[in-house]
Amino acid sequence: MTMKNDYRSHNHPAYWAFVVHRVSGVLLTLYLPVHFWALSQALQGEARLESFLKWTEQPLVKLGEVLLIVLLAAHLTGGVRLLMLEFLAWRGWQKNLLAGAAGATVVIGTAFLLNLL
Amino acid sequence: MNTRTQVLLWAAQRVSGALLGLFVLVHLAVIIYAVRNGLTAGEILGRTRGNAGWASFYALFAFAVSIHASIGLRAVCTEVLGWQGRGRDFALLMFGVLLFAWGLRAVWAVTGA
Repeated sequence: MTMKNDYRSHNHPAYWAFVVHRVSGVLLTLYLPVHFWALSQALQGEARLESFLKWTEQPLVKLGEVLLIVLLAAHLTGGVRLLMLEFLAWRGWQKNLLAGAAGATVVIGTAFLLNLL
Repeated sequence: MNTRTQVLLWAAQRVSGALLGLFVLVHLAVIIYAVRNGLTAGEILGRTRGNAGWASFYALFAFAVSIHASIGLRAVCTEVLGWQGRGRDFALLMFGVLLFAWGLRAVWAVTGA
C-alpha cells in the first residue's frame, strides 16, 4: 500500500527540513568524486595541486565553495537534529531544533565566507 | 530484502551519520582555519604529508561517507526513481566501493605520496 501526502504537509517546517536534508545529501554525494579528484592532483606533484588551487580563485568557483560549505553545514545540523529526535526521549525543546540547525548553518557559512574574503 | 538486512542498513546509516557528525565538525573547523590566508598546496601538504594521524582520520572519514552516501542514495533511488531490487542494491554497492577507493586515493595523494 502506498501512502499519499497532500499539499498541506508541505506547509510544515519539518517537510522543508526533509527537503533540505535530502537535496543537500544528493548534491554532496555528487560533489565527492570531484573533491577526491581535486585532491588526487597532488599525486602528480605539489605544483600540479597548486595550479589547480589557482584555478579555484575565480569568483564563481569561490561562490560554489560557499554553497558547498552551507550544504555541508545544513546536512550536518539536519542530521544531528534527526539523531536527537530518534535517539533521545522526547522533550518540548526538541521542536526548536530546526531553528537551532538553521542558525548553526548560517553561523558556519558566514564564518567560512568571512575567512575566505 | 529481509528484515535483518533492513535493520542493519538502518543502523549503519545512523552509526556512520553519528561518526560523520564528528568528522565533518573537525573538517569544517580545519577548512575555515585553512582558508583565512588563501589555500596553497604547500600549506595543505605541509600539514598532511607523512602525518599518520590525518591519514587515519581521512581514511575513516572516506569509509564512513562511502557507507552513508550509498545508503542515502538507496532511499532516493527507491522513493524518487521507484528503482528497487537487486540491480539497485548491486549498483549502490559498487558506487560505495568506488567512492571509498577514490577517497583512499585522495588521502594517499595528500598524506603519503
